[in-house]
Amino acid sequence: MVKVQVWGSLKSALEGADEIELDAASIREVLDQLSDRYPAMDQAIKRGVSVSVDGRMYANSIMVPLQPDSEVFVLPKLVGG
Amino acid sequence: MNFQAGKDTLKRKFDTVGTRTPRPDGLDKVTGRAQFGADLTAPGMLWGMILRSPHAHARIKSIDTSKAEAVNGVHAVVTSRDFGPCPDDVLDIRENVMARGKVLYDGHAVAAVAATSRSAARQALKLIKVDYKVLPHVTDVDEAMKPSAPILNRKLFTKGLDKTPRKPSNIAERFEFGHGDVEAGMKQADLVIERTFKTEATHQGYIEPNACLANMGSDGRADLWCCTQGHFMVRQVCSALLGMDASALRVTASEIGGGFGGKTTVFVEPVALALSLKASRPVKIVMSRSEVLRASGPTSSTSIDVRIGMKKDGTITAGDATLRYQGGAFPGSAVPYGAMAAFACYDLKAVRAVGYDVIANRPKQAAYRAPGAPMAAYAVESVVDELCKELNLDPLDVRLKNASSDGSKASYGPNFDVIGLRATLEAAKAHPHYKARLKPNQGRGVACGFWFNFGGETSVSLNVSADGTIGLSVGTPDIGGSRASIGNMAAEELGVPHDKVRCIIADTASLGYNDVTDGSRVTFASGLAAINAARDAIGKMCERAAGIWGIPVDAVTWEDGAARPSSPNAGNHEPLTLADIAAQAGATGGPISGHCEINAEGAGVSFATHLVDTEVDPDTGYVKILRYTVFQDAGKAIHPSYVEGQFQGGAVQGIGWALNEEYIYGEDGKLQNPGFLDYRIPVASDLPMIDAVIVEVPNPGHPYGVRGVGETSIVPPLAAISNSVSSAAGVRMTQLPMSPPRLLKALGRI
Repeated sequence: MVKVQVWGSLKSALEGADEIELDAASIREVLDQLSDRYPAMDQAIKRGVSVSVDGRMYANSIMVPLQPDSEVFVLPKLVGG
Repeated sequence: MNFQAGKDTLKRKFDTVGTRTPRPDGLDKVTGRAQFGADLTAPGMLWGMILRSPHAHARIKSIDTSKAEAVNGVHAVVTSRDFGPCPDDVLDIRENVMARGKVLYDGHAVAAVAATSRSAARQALKLIKVDYKVLPHVTDVDEAMKPSAPILNRKLFTKGLDKTPRKPSNIAERFEFGHGDVEAGMKQADLVIERTFKTEATHQGYIEPNACLANMGSDGRADLWCCTQGHFMVRQVCSALLGMDASALRVTASEIGGGFGGKTTVFVEPVALALSLKASRPVKIVMSRSEVLRASGPTSSTSIDVRIGMKKDGTITAGDATLRYQGGAFPGSAVPYGAMAAFACYDLKAVRAVGYDVIANRPKQAAYRAPGAPMAAYAVESVVDELCKELNLDPLDVRLKNASSDGSKASYGPNFDVIGLRATLEAAKAHPHYKARLKPNQGRGVACGFWFNFGGETSVSLNVSADGTIGLSVGTPDIGGSRASIGNMAAEELGVPHDKVRCIIADTASLGYNDVTDGSRVTFASGLAAINAARDAIGKMCERAAGIWGIPVDAVTWEDGAARPSSPNAGNHEPLTLADIAAQAGATGGPISGHCEINAEGAGVSFATHLVDTEVDPDTGYVKILRYTVFQDAGKAIHPSYVEGQFQGGAVQGIGWALNEEYIYGEDGKLQNPGFLDYRIPVASDLPMIDAVIVEVPNPGHPYGVRGVGETSIVPPLAAISNSVSSAAGVRMTQLPMSPPRLLKALGRI
């Protein structure tokens, strides 16, 4: 199972859980499951998020494969200068 | 092919990468041959000019353009009525480029004209009658957050709260990051210091004002030339605003006289297209310096509270920050990135950063190198410095003791990969600068900084010419030497001299989509794509060699710029150089090219440590920068001179931000200093040579180990200079810029 955390403002969207576990094989599956289960997460995901997988940041890639023990962190969509 | 850097790859010996090859754009720029946004003209071209709001906040009751339209030479006048429905994600941009119903800041565009001369356009602007109902305004971030503040947008309800508020406010969103028990951490500290800081809005200060030339044909297809950091973004946004097919608009990026994040959006481009559509003539718009300052995208002004606990041995027990950024009249300030970056240099068990995105009657903010991070680092690094002073601890030792390192949990959540913060700190500690003696009224400041870096969508095409030279087309405008670095990486892969590769920025019709040049991504992402495209071309050249020799392609290898039999078993064939194969390309199967289209991921985060010495004149409040040294992790410096230039440029812009630059608004909500005489950026005579020390901790996500270097260099300077000035003046400075009046006030002299 993949461990998934979200940034602080969205912790309430996970109904109080600091971390949840999902059966997901890609970033896409993580985001789809979060959207399906948590309406507040769905809004945030639609506005754009970045995802860290095992410490590496993915700004806009949903097809990234995950390992069963991957640590996934959902963050606001990054911009730069 | 595998592009993950293995140990062998990172130990690779390079021929071109890492050398200081001549600037490919140097001759054009010193001879005036280079064409910037304002240099482009077209037959029958009209001049576009924009009428801007004189009010900070007002309702537009009516606009009468009839007299302007009657001026001799005027071919078109546009207002918000000329911009129809558009997708939600560009609604704010539509209202920013042309006010609709309300003006939200001094300088907000209200109407535009296109005429045969600038004087006719200017005359027409004066004849446009706008009837305003002036409304109360607010420009200060703390004032804008108060319940009693004038509300800019009655449809704005704060997001990020457990419950959506019932009343609108100017607070667009709340963000929170962190982990651990902050209050318990504070209790473990021997000393807790809490301070409030304020920073003023600054501008990127790019020397070339925003400029474009639009040419809309009667068939609905258009060409647009403009100075931008992302011409594919310009195509996407402008076509959405004007209801065009994206492919009907071809955008070509001119040379760019600076961007630094400020040219990652559009201002005049959609207006020029709308005018050109209406006039059926090409239209050029060039912003004046005043317009650039009033109506492009400066940074946020901020107000930040920081509280940090530290033990006597220098261990930081907890960090806590509340950041308030006004991002102009529309939501979307860089506060989430400020909150994420605030404590990123520290490996903390308990940390919290809360950010508020606030709107106010100012121009919509745009990115500026590591958007949001410099102000956050300023506040955090100032408190760390004060703790070190109070506890009599060495500031570099304390940072080394608490530094984030490989695998540590970042303050914003994930665990770090391989990072170079500690290496920059150790380099600073060992540098002669840190041991140099100081005189009275002089002080030394230290600060660290962090930026994320990222990759993104990238497309590259590499063409092998019949004479064996290479044309390399990329889609990311070169704002800091990327043509050299990308061309050199392609030359390295192909095994040809660097001057056999010409790298150009192709237009939007010639390549697949490319994300904007931002996020310190281009040498990383376009470089990665160029390496990939070169390997694609190499594969094809090996196929041609195999065909010529009559052996299987897997019996051919590419080495030192030539195809060679991979073993004696493959036969005794003389190597075929790239030029040999190129000369026979037509006869052996046609032109040879390599391509790569990727969403580049794996960008490595970046850290820097800055050291600065200043001298304060207690009689005048003048601050002189005596010495400045930047230590930054580049992963692998592809072109060291350009890398040093990025380090120096960020430091210099930070010096301006720290000492002089600020948007000054009057009580009437109007910008008081919209020109470089009163908005003072540093010039050469203000500065010492900025020493640049390149630290190389390879990024495992790139075959050469590259990390982006364009942004991190602006993160530490505000704090490093403030710490230095505070030390020299003997008083803790908590507001930027530290202009002479502000410093004299802090010293009790006025």
